Amino acid sequence: MTPLIASLQGVGVLGPGFDNWACTAAILRHEAAYQALATLLPAPGVLPSAERRRAGRIIKLALAVGAEALAQAGADARTLPTVFSSSGGDGDNCHEICMTLASEDRQISPTRFHNSVHNAASGYWSIAYGCTRPSTSLCAGDASFGAGLLEAMAQLACGAESVMVLAYDADYPQPLRATRAIPDAFAIALLLAPAQSERALAQLQLELVGESPTTLNDPQLEALRLSIPAARGLPLLESLALRRAAVVYLDYLDSTRLAIGVSV
Amino acid sequence: MSPAVPLQLTRFTATSCLGSGLASSRAALEQQRSGLAPCRFESARLDTYIGEVPGVDDVKLPSRLQRFDCRNNRLALLGLQQDNFEAAVRTSAARWGHRRVGVFLGTSTSGILSTEIAFRRLDPVTGALPGDFHYLGSHNSFSLVDFVRRYLELEGPAGTVCTACSSSAKVFATAQRLIALDLIDAALVGGVDSLCLTTLYGFHSLQLTSAAPCRPFDAARDGLSIGEAAAYALLERVPGSNAEPDSIRLLGVGESSDAYHMSSPHPEGTGARSAMQAALTAAHATPAEIDYINLHGTGTPSNDSAEDRAVTALFGAATPCSSTKGATGHALGAAGALEAVLCALTLQSGLMPGGLNTRQQDPRLKVNYLTANRRAPVRRVLSNSFGFGGANCALLFGRAA
Repeated sequence: MTPLIASLQGVGVLGPGFDNWACTAAILRHEAAYQALATLLPAPGVLPSAERRRAGRIIKLALAVGAEALAQAGADARTLPTVFSSSGGDGDNCHEICMTLASEDRQISPTRFHNSVHNAASGYWSIAYGCTRPSTSLCAGDASFGAGLLEAMAQLACGAESVMVLAYDADYPQPLRATRAIPDAFAIALLLAPAQSERALAQLQLELVGESPTTLNDPQLEALRLSIPAARGLPLLESLALRRAAVVYLDYLDSTRLAIGVSV
Repeated sequence: MSPAVPLQLTRFTATSCLGSGLASSRAALEQQRSGLAPCRFESARLDTYIGEVPGVDDVKLPSRLQRFDCRNNRLALLGLQQDNFEAAVRTSAARWGHRRVGVFLGTSTSGILSTEIAFRRLDPVTGALPGDFHYLGSHNSFSLVDFVRRYLELEGPAGTVCTACSSSAKVFATAQRLIALDLIDAALVGGVDSLCLTTLYGFHSLQLTSAAPCRPFDAARDGLSIGEAAAYALLERVPGSNAEPDSIRLLGVGESSDAYHMSSPHPEGTGARSAMQAALTAAHATPAEIDYINLHGTGTPSNDSAEDRAVTALFGAATPCSSTKGATGHALGAAGALEAVLCALTLQSGLMPGGLNTRQQDPRLKVNYLTANRRAPVRRVLSNSFGFGGANCALLFGRAA
């Protein structure tokens, strides 16, 4: 295969102890200590009030990282195709629906039902920004970060003028939490444009390989990488934070990895 | 983005309430037989009709893959075993290599039925789920693709597309891009969605299910009938030589977002229209070249009205079209792939299926809606799929000759 190439225009990050890209980059450069505080989800100010009331944690999470990447790139969301990728979607909402369906009165609320679709974040995003461009929503379990990045870079290689990829996961309440131990909400958004675009933070080159995944030296961060599918992208963020040319190997399916060549 | 790489559907198959495999689907369409029946599914107590696939509960997964056992993966396996589809995929993998065959399938609810039932069996003391519940095996949306890949021993790029009712239409776009970029040589695409309480009670809560078999485009239409299906296609490049003259080709995919409402379509159908236009553009086709449109046609007042506006704005009122959901029900995340396969049958046979249950077309809806079967040479067809969240996709298929 010919490697897929892109230039990175903007980054958004949110997670436990990660409030934004600047704070995350400082931690990954070891300029600031990592403190595993609970993820702080901002209110999605970009949504109309009716949708804002209906938006659960997963929507707030995805919209927050997307907004950060947009602002950094100075991009217009209305003309931007999007790729949303999440392992579990809205776990709180799923829990409530399953509890209701297991009860005597099975009448689930219409809002809960429409929020149950895996592409809910994409739907809210398109409404928030008035974006009518194509959007897809993927799930590849623990490989969801890699699946989203591969899809976005494939869209660029097929002629898209730019693409936003958003990978996001949040924790389930009990009892599902015991069967899927995601500790907290975590998300990464990357705004990608064709290679050699102006204002790029870095150039990325993607290939499918069989190497072992790149790990993180800090045991806390490595635990985070392994416990949240969206955090499988952390080694890429580390490379960006260090502003060092490198190849990182991100988890994908089974023994396949995404080799991401980063040049800054 | 939909690259212009001519792809063929080397093999395809469908299993729905019309029956397992193409022969029973074909026969049902020719006889104008619907698979819808009053809902007796599991413990659901709802006054509605459903399209249930017979025999799903009897399907046995191989013992090495027992952790994937759930209604959705049983239906997935039942579908793979029809029309020598499984053998065709294995042949393709042997030819191209297991890492060169991708798997992209759509679903909306995966194996959620198993979770719904497990929530009735929580430990009375600890509240824990029963020990036989497997999150990644049945609950997660990737369960379907994970199971199918392992069953067929495929190792190429893969993922589940979950854009509600357009999921298994959008898989064609993802696969087309990866083949165009030479990341893979073939892709197993399709969709599997199975009956569950979340969708039965969920659509009921939105007052979108009908108490009668759904009547798309009828003046008295009052909602949809939920169905289930497993439908697949094996996509490969059109060979430079030895191309089969009557093979079915994927000519274009068009996608758009409504940016309007989570569960209602844009009333003017602007998103639907731009998805159809994008499919035409990708295929270098004009509206006049489309011989038949398989409508999304759910039978809800709002969908059919918005879709009618979109179709007539682009095609006028002459192009023959129908919804096959009166026969199959709305297979949700599998609907795009199911209707893609029904379109392939139309291209092969020239039979444009009349929409069932529709007695009097709504006079406000202007499309040329077929209620009786029509036979004519068919060279180009379009299939529409629109999902919650405003996720639209149109697929354009054609015959080689």
